[in-house]
Amino acid sequence: MREKITYVLAIAGIALVTWNLYKIFFVLPPEANVAAYQIVYFHVPAAITAFTGFFVALIASGLYLATGDLKFDAFAAGITEVAVAFASVNLATGMIWARYAWGIWWAWDARLTSMLTCWLMYAGYLILRRAVDEPTQRAKLSAFLSIFGCVNVAFVYKSIEWFRTQHPAPVLSVRQGGGMGPGMEAPIYWNYLAMLCIATVLVIVRMRQEGVSREIDSLRRMAHAY
Amino acid sequence: MSPREFQFVFGGFVTAWLILVIYAVSLGLRERRLRKELDRVRQMVEKR
Repeated sequence: MREKITYVLAIAGIALVTWNLYKIFFVLPPEANVAAYQIVYFHVPAAITAFTGFFVALIASGLYLATGDLKFDAFAAGITEVAVAFASVNLATGMIWARYAWGIWWAWDARLTSMLTCWLMYAGYLILRRAVDEPTQRAKLSAFLSIFGCVNVAFVYKSIEWFRTQHPAPVLSVRQGGGMGPGMEAPIYWNYLAMLCIATVLVIVRMRQEGVSREIDSLRRMAHAY
Repeated sequence: MSPREFQFVFGGFVTAWLILVIYAVSLGLRERRLRKELDRVRQMVEKR
């Protein structure tokens, strides 16, 4: 059943991306047919996907701390790893956009710096998990870091409202001061849905690996007990 | 679209998908390594 869901989601994600590419290049009005818009159609959904992942990881970490069930810790770890991949996409496409729009790859403005800090914090989370061997201690430390990291996610989200520095104002009309023009915002949401499908597939694969790792650990313990 | 525009759009798309493809490939390699490790540990337990 899980295999079937994985395949369906993967096909749905790829189909959505193909359809979106067609819309972005051939259907949208000419004012959207510039690099500044077309990069944003991937840059913003990647950020929303990463933030969704970090938020779900926060809930899983909280559930681990409340119940002590390592299943939640494994879920938080898997989802954080996938979210870091999407945060990397957001940072990389943002740098390319900056080079196009500003003529520079990077600026130490509030949004960019806070997003980089966020990425480093979650990369630290993944490194921490490799550094601690004892499962319960690893899970506890990871859960605290995940909760702390999510505070930073909220800061990154609000930073373009709090600090009007170099990064553009919000592009989505659901946010204060945002809006891209009629019909031009939809590809962002469709790409978000596509990335969400792909992220879910990656999380399912990652969770399967966590299961195999747990099986290896229990077999090792069994072997040492003889 | 000007060649400069195309260069940036192409660069952006390739970078975005390359990161995800590299991650997916690394997941595949990790899965293979874990399966091998699982087989090895299973054999070790069976021998004992």
